[in-house]
Amino acid sequence: MSSFPIEGVPPGRPSAETRWRSLVGNDRSDRVYRNVLTGLALALPALILIILGVLFMGALPALKRFGPSFIWTSTWDPVAEVYGAAPMIFGTLASSFLALLIAVPLALSVAIFLTEFSPRWLRQPVGFVIELLAAIPSVVYGTWGIFVLIPFLRAHVVPPLKAVLGWTPFFHGVFYGNSLLAGGIILAIMIVPYIAAVSREVLLAVPGSQREAALAMGATRWEAVRSAVLPYGRAGLIGAVILGLGRALGETMAVTMVIGNRHDIGVSVFQPAYTMAAAIANEFSEATTHLYLSALFEVGLILFVLTVVVNAIARILIWRVARGQAVGSQAL
Amino acid sequence: MVASANARLRLETVKLTALFGQHRAVRDVSLLFPAHTVTAIIGPSGCGKSTMLRCLNRMHELTPDASVTGEVLLDNVNIYGGAVSPVELRRRIGMVFQRPTPFPTMSIYDNVAAGLRVNGRRPRTEIDHAVSRALQQAALWDEVKDRLHTSALDLSGGQQQRLCIARAVAPEPEILLLDEPTASLDPAGTQRIEELCHVLKRLYTIVIVTHNMQQAARVSDYTAFMYLGSLIEVGKTNELFTKPTIDQTEAYITGRFG
Repeated sequence: MSSFPIEGVPPGRPSAETRWRSLVGNDRSDRVYRNVLTGLALALPALILIILGVLFMGALPALKRFGPSFIWTSTWDPVAEVYGAAPMIFGTLASSFLALLIAVPLALSVAIFLTEFSPRWLRQPVGFVIELLAAIPSVVYGTWGIFVLIPFLRAHVVPPLKAVLGWTPFFHGVFYGNSLLAGGIILAIMIVPYIAAVSREVLLAVPGSQREAALAMGATRWEAVRSAVLPYGRAGLIGAVILGLGRALGETMAVTMVIGNRHDIGVSVFQPAYTMAAAIANEFSEATTHLYLSALFEVGLILFVLTVVVNAIARILIWRVARGQAVGSQAL
Repeated sequence: MVASANARLRLETVKLTALFGQHRAVRDVSLLFPAHTVTAIIGPSGCGKSTMLRCLNRMHELTPDASVTGEVLLDNVNIYGGAVSPVELRRRIGMVFQRPTPFPTMSIYDNVAAGLRVNGRRPRTEIDHAVSRALQQAALWDEVKDRLHTSALDLSGGQQQRLCIARAVAPEPEILLLDEPTASLDPAGTQRIEELCHVLKRLYTIVIVTHNMQQAARVSDYTAFMYLGSLIEVGKTNELFTKPTIDQTEAYITGRFG
């Protein structure tokens, strides 16, 4: 049976030429297919390089005019044509740091609860809802921030904070509503799903034998998590946090709506601040002069480089866990 | 101390049944583990011997849907009684698994000290002393004494398994449970562990699960043969292997099945 040719092919041996042609035909369609896919696949990395190139070209006049001092100059005066990004860089880093401060304990708790302590029937629903938080459009978070979060902070959070910690520079001054504090909290809520989801994957990848080894020597569940599970997943957990940081650095809409958008560096979280992403979004339409536009391009370039570096570090750390290379690594 | 017939009773199971959901992995097993002896549990794969072992320190109940009926008596106290904390219990009963499970981010020293640290804060000198004593008991001291603070993963498989034994004995438990401790080791590593059993039984009561009958014959004083979750026969090792009283036992130890 197997010696018969496939249906549709005439019986008898095809001539050498026919076989050769069919091979050529196959080869051609394969080649077209492969080239199209290769082109599409390479288009994405190329796009990143093009964006980088466009940002750089756009920023060139500002780079030439202000040099590196652009980074530490605090003046942003479109009338006098003097630009410095220090307040935005500070605001971006400060709001992201504040967000991590709030989000990391929360997200890690969620991940540890879901993988180690939660009853099994609760894992799927809770994990699902937390991941849904990532699907809410950021303008909705911003609106919620303006109409719910800020009034809530004003009424219930700021007075006790001032009463207890008002003597420190971080909680000094009048609370205007739109502030670094509001921006940081909004960011925290937005990055919790990312950190929690990745942390959960990392903790699930920790072998059960590690938990058993800890429990068998008389550790409580919490001690097993602390002494065996968390150290084992250390690199991946740090990766998860940095991934969250990457998102926080670049988040635009929700932050713009609640952070106050003032070019100023202040250590008090009650003061308004500005972020690089917010500045670009707000001021592009007003950038009437060549240099103003170029300064915004340079802000974009700084933000781009910062987020790419942060995300690259996060990805590398998470890969190392996935490939098991982080085990026993002395790097962290 | 030498094992003797009138040694103090330590560990005993009474009509112990272990379940995974509805499946009875261990059925009605009543078995006495005499103090300061090595008791081997043998039987073909899936006969419930590992589950049996995991019931003795309440590790079995960590598996979802797992449950236990019957009793495990430790000094005449049922460890499944309401007042017994599984955490406290496991501090009295050390366990070593099939595969070495060193904590990869910890040094050799910290691995051994891990069991001490979960028992509450202790002075540094006391931990130092306990770590070196445990490593000596596990016959690992001479090989690692100059590199206590290097990663535990730099050790060979056999060394890692002895490290796990050191970790298990560091808090000075009374009982040591070994779950196929040589399953992943080469012959040399296996021999080291077997020699250790002979030495450590002076200090601990040892229960070892093995699928290797020669190993059971070499290391144990008593052997229990399990099949399909039930205890078929138990006796002094040399008697069980030379003149088994039950046909199934004879069939297994002569290699006719399993």
